[in-house]
Amino acid sequence: MREQATMKSKTSLRTLIAVPAAIAMATGAAVAAGGKTLEYKHNHWHFSGPFGAYDEEALQRGFQVYRTVCASCHAVEQLSFRNLGDVGGPFHLAECPAGVAEGTDCTKPSDNPVVKAIAAEYEVTDGPDDSGDMFKRKGLPSDRIPGPYANEQQARAANGGAYPPNLALIMKARHHGPDYVYSLLTGYEAAPETVVMGPTQHYNPYFAGDMTTLMKPEFLNEEGHPIEGVEVPPGGVLAMAPPLSDGVVDYADELVPETVDQYAKDVVEFLTWASEPKMEQRKSLGVVTMGYLLILTLILFFSYRTIWSKVEH
Amino acid sequence: MSHSSTYRPGTAIERWLDKRLPIIRFSDDFMNFPTPKNLNYWWTFGAILAVCLVIQIITGVVLAMHYTPHEDYAFSSIEHIMRDVNYGDIIRYTHANGAAIFFLAVYIHMFRGLYYGSYKEPREMVWILGVVIFLLMMATAFMGYVLPWGQMSFWAATVITNFFTAFPIIGEPIKTLLLGGPAVDNATLNRFYSLHYLLPFAIFGVVALHIWAFHTSGNNNPTGVEVKDVKKDTVPFHPYYTVKDGFAIAVFMLLFAAFVFFNPNGMGHPDNYIPANPLVTPPHIVPEWYFLPFYAILRAITFDIGPISSKLGGVIAMFGSIMVLFVLPWLDTSKVRSMRYRPVAQLWFVLFVIACCGLGYLGGQPAEGVFVVWAQIATAYYFLFFLVILPLLGVFEKTKPLPKSIADSVLTNTKASGGMVAQAAE
Repeated sequence: MREQATMKSKTSLRTLIAVPAAIAMATGAAVAAGGKTLEYKHNHWHFSGPFGAYDEEALQRGFQVYRTVCASCHAVEQLSFRNLGDVGGPFHLAECPAGVAEGTDCTKPSDNPVVKAIAAEYEVTDGPDDSGDMFKRKGLPSDRIPGPYANEQQARAANGGAYPPNLALIMKARHHGPDYVYSLLTGYEAAPETVVMGPTQHYNPYFAGDMTTLMKPEFLNEEGHPIEGVEVPPGGVLAMAPPLSDGVVDYADELVPETVDQYAKDVVEFLTWASEPKMEQRKSLGVVTMGYLLILTLILFFSYRTIWSKVEH
Repeated sequence: MSHSSTYRPGTAIERWLDKRLPIIRFSDDFMNFPTPKNLNYWWTFGAILAVCLVIQIITGVVLAMHYTPHEDYAFSSIEHIMRDVNYGDIIRYTHANGAAIFFLAVYIHMFRGLYYGSYKEPREMVWILGVVIFLLMMATAFMGYVLPWGQMSFWAATVITNFFTAFPIIGEPIKTLLLGGPAVDNATLNRFYSLHYLLPFAIFGVVALHIWAFHTSGNNNPTGVEVKDVKKDTVPFHPYYTVKDGFAIAVFMLLFAAFVFFNPNGMGHPDNYIPANPLVTPPHIVPEWYFLPFYAILRAITFDIGPISSKLGGVIAMFGSIMVLFVLPWLDTSKVRSMRYRPVAQLWFVLFVIACCGLGYLGGQPAEGVFVVWAQIATAYYFLFFLVILPLLGVFEKTKPLPKSIADSVLTNTKASGGMVAQAAE
């Protein structure tokens, strides 16, 4: 009788868990449907999964790629220099390196010598001073990392009307962010022969768009659909020229290849951290929470069995 | 309370208080409330929902300490919470996922009420108050979704408030009142923030009425047979159901925590991490998953009906799909409460659940081609179920015999399962 009761409660439990899971899966599928691009390249990111964490060296290289290449057009609006020295950030220090003054707490981002040095390499506008004028000074850890343009209008004027998006949230602002950005950066191709490209247009099969409008007239029928045997190329065109090329960034570590593929992986790592800097703390707190809840669940289950043992139900 | 109080004030202070403010008596009666002893796990969602509401209110109050309700600062203040506030990311992810998980629980709770006939006499008020809570939840969730001031926030507000213009004469003024102007802007954000803080307390109040109502009528139970003998049919709420609900809450929290800590953006839309821009319309404007069934009903009406345009028809169908729930207690004519003893109704009910989930799926698809046809079929079934099938079934359905009492049904159950175990042992 008791076995029967256990089986019963097991089945209802399974239903309790299966129903939400099914709903979550169904809605996930509904949301994932998008434009006609090539399917993104699936990279194995070591920051994904419940125990995934960022690789500090990859974060540092990624920051270097961002600074050397991306930063000439893209801002990371929500990032301050101090964030680079936060726990889990690219330049966090557990202890001070040699040569730092006695009594300095290098775990504090504001006192982190690496972060201070990086900030000092930038010039920021401050003010107004006592005479009411704005002035330039060296960056401090507390400053936001300055973007390349003063405002959106300036950015558009410099980029033929296109607005280079803020990269500090890009991984969360796109479906499958890391796979998407990695595919985009490594996926540039020569335009197919069926389309005509403008001078500032660059073809990428992973960029959402509609290539029908760019197809040469000889491949289209009267209704504007492609003729038989011709397919609309996947993807779209964007204003950004292929930003990476082999050897464009000089890595200090000789063992790391200086290839487009490696650069893309590193910058994806850095930008994922920029989007979700608290991810590691969140996941480790999650493991503790799940453990706590599991124990609580077991205690409550056995309390339930004990309390109900004398009641026919 | 429908049961007589068993509270005996033991101390002088308790006796003093009992004459002036019998709050201990109230709590004692509440915890000892005689509850049918055969409630299954589907009945634990009431307690789960109470926990969801409290979590939303607590996380929401903390978020409000750091949030700035202004069109220029709202988006940045959310990122400030995510990056600079201690545990701010976890508080916000709990609140955002909490809303979704709240709806998951409320849908299960409503389907349970539907299956076991919990809306039938004498529990009409319990059900009606529940529908009021559901409506308030929808309004609260919608306005909360606007507050981060991302692209989806802005465009959802634009699309949803625009529905009201379908109504002749009163439509435009209603829209202006909702938005605080001709279009979504700072005034909209401010009033949504104000109401988003207000409505949860209204929900809290209606929840109290909801509980009061079923403490007056008594709980329904899986057999739908009323309590005949309090001693044989019921157990005190505490400790029997505090521990059972507690266990179910813990299991539910495991699912909740899995989302918050390991896939916090899984139920969100990436476009809401792009700041609101009135000049750029997102390619697909989709509501959160818990609104998708109603969104599908709205878009299923693609044809004019006489003087009613397809737009107005869609809005009427969408509001009607909730309004019909208010009259459900009088639409279901069956004398038998629980579908456990209604074999035909069971089948229609399963179809109804499939139709609702199907509408949820279709709401997330583009409104074109075969999707529209399926949405129309599912919408038609949704209304047929309430307006035709339930009224007719009560007249024509041949129901199974009811157990004499709750205690009786429990005994037959254990006998039957005992027999099955014995058979299996052979």
